[in-house]
Amino acid sequence: MTAQKRDVILDIKGLRKSYGDKIVLNGVDICVERGEAVVIIGPSGCGKTTLLRCVNGLETHQGGTITIDGREAGSKNFDWILVRQKVGMVFQSYDLFPHMTVLENILLGPLRAQKRTREEASGQAIRLLERVGLADRVNDFPRQLSGGQRQRIAIVRALCMNPDIMLFDEVTASLDPEMVREVLDVILGVARQGMTMMIVTHEMGFARVAADKVIFMEGGVIAEEGPAKEFFTLPKTERARRFLNTFYFE
Amino acid sequence: MNVGFIADAIPIYGRAIIVTLRIAVLGILFSLVIGVICGLVAYCKMKAVDKLTRGYIELSRNTPLVIQLFFLYYGLPKLGVMLSNEACAVIGLSFLGGSYMAESLRGGLEAVSKVQVELGLSIGLDTFQLIRFVVFPQAMAVAVPALGANCVFLIKETSVLSIIALRDLMSVTKELIGMYYNTTESLLLLVVCYLLILLPVSFGLTFLERRVRYAEFGV
Repeated sequence: MTAQKRDVILDIKGLRKSYGDKIVLNGVDICVERGEAVVIIGPSGCGKTTLLRCVNGLETHQGGTITIDGREAGSKNFDWILVRQKVGMVFQSYDLFPHMTVLENILLGPLRAQKRTREEASGQAIRLLERVGLADRVNDFPRQLSGGQRQRIAIVRALCMNPDIMLFDEVTASLDPEMVREVLDVILGVARQGMTMMIVTHEMGFARVAADKVIFMEGGVIAEEGPAKEFFTLPKTERARRFLNTFYFE
Repeated sequence: MNVGFIADAIPIYGRAIIVTLRIAVLGILFSLVIGVICGLVAYCKMKAVDKLTRGYIELSRNTPLVIQLFFLYYGLPKLGVMLSNEACAVIGLSFLGGSYMAESLRGGLEAVSKVQVELGLSIGLDTFQLIRFVVFPQAMAVAVPALGANCVFLIKETSVLSIIALRDLMSVTKELIGMYYNTTESLLLLVVCYLLILLPVSFGLTFLERRVRYAEFGV
């Protein structure tokens, strides 16, 4: 039997990162295939956010390799500016550019970084806004939107760059409970369309539905990883069991 | 009140207003250019030139304009550098204003949050695009009231230019008082002239401030 060739889009090997004496990532290996939704969970301070930030080049790493679409970070033909145009990121803080309207926010990357035509990019932006139910807010400024609406716009802004992979960093952590659902529904919709994703979240119900693979981190290392169904029903490690138990109330 | 004297003096003041305005506009423009350069050097922490700009800012802010003008007009010729009095006035105002503009702009640039910079980077903007489209407009929204105050300050500072024999408003006033002893009328005309310059500038700056800050602050 011949093994089917894997279409790996992100390959992280032995990733190390520290702030001074504090080691945040201590040899992390992750392989993400095209179309896969990987959810990263773990207690606060375990290195989840730092991991995503390293993937997007917002943090430098001290050891190991990050290979995105066959190109290794730091190698000759690797340029973070170009890579970031293909690696969309949505942050915990639902910040948009406050001096720009919704449409200007979404079009900044496509027009300035990707040099696409306004006609084509704005057409796509409007279609994406319709998908997230915000087409009528196209000329509003961020201050006129709720946190959930802003976060949905932030997702559209990343999607409008036509990324190969999307990184979501605790995107609902700063939102009111009522707004969490609307944002998660958008992410779920994007996942179901086959977008490759790495999602850091504390929303276990969402993780269970959205993830193909779950990675549980602790102390800068991967403590456990496996298919979502398996992880949530029968975690292998005692630590993962204890972590999941904290989300259930009798 | 000698109305006849006022009527005769108006054309003289008119010509002096043009001189004062010319110096002020050029001084403000060059101050803004110097301010943007020094502000960006401080914001981007360009080590090679940061100390140089810091030194300039301290020298400029801690010496009076009168002394800077004296040095330019009376000191430089001794070193073989001859400049016209108008050139000295523009250079002097720009030298002084540049540091004030730089500090105001630095305050605005530093008020832009790190998250905004990371957002810009995360959509693949390069450094120039990041500053041009993300950082600078937000910095201006914060800095524009201080920059406007600096403009008004620089226009008012033109009142010391008479010490280098420039025929500006102050110089004309002194001259007329010396010749005709119509002190009250001459000073009244001087006040009116400065108000004619400064009131539209103040209203214009308030309008500009509202426009620049509307998107972000909605006021």
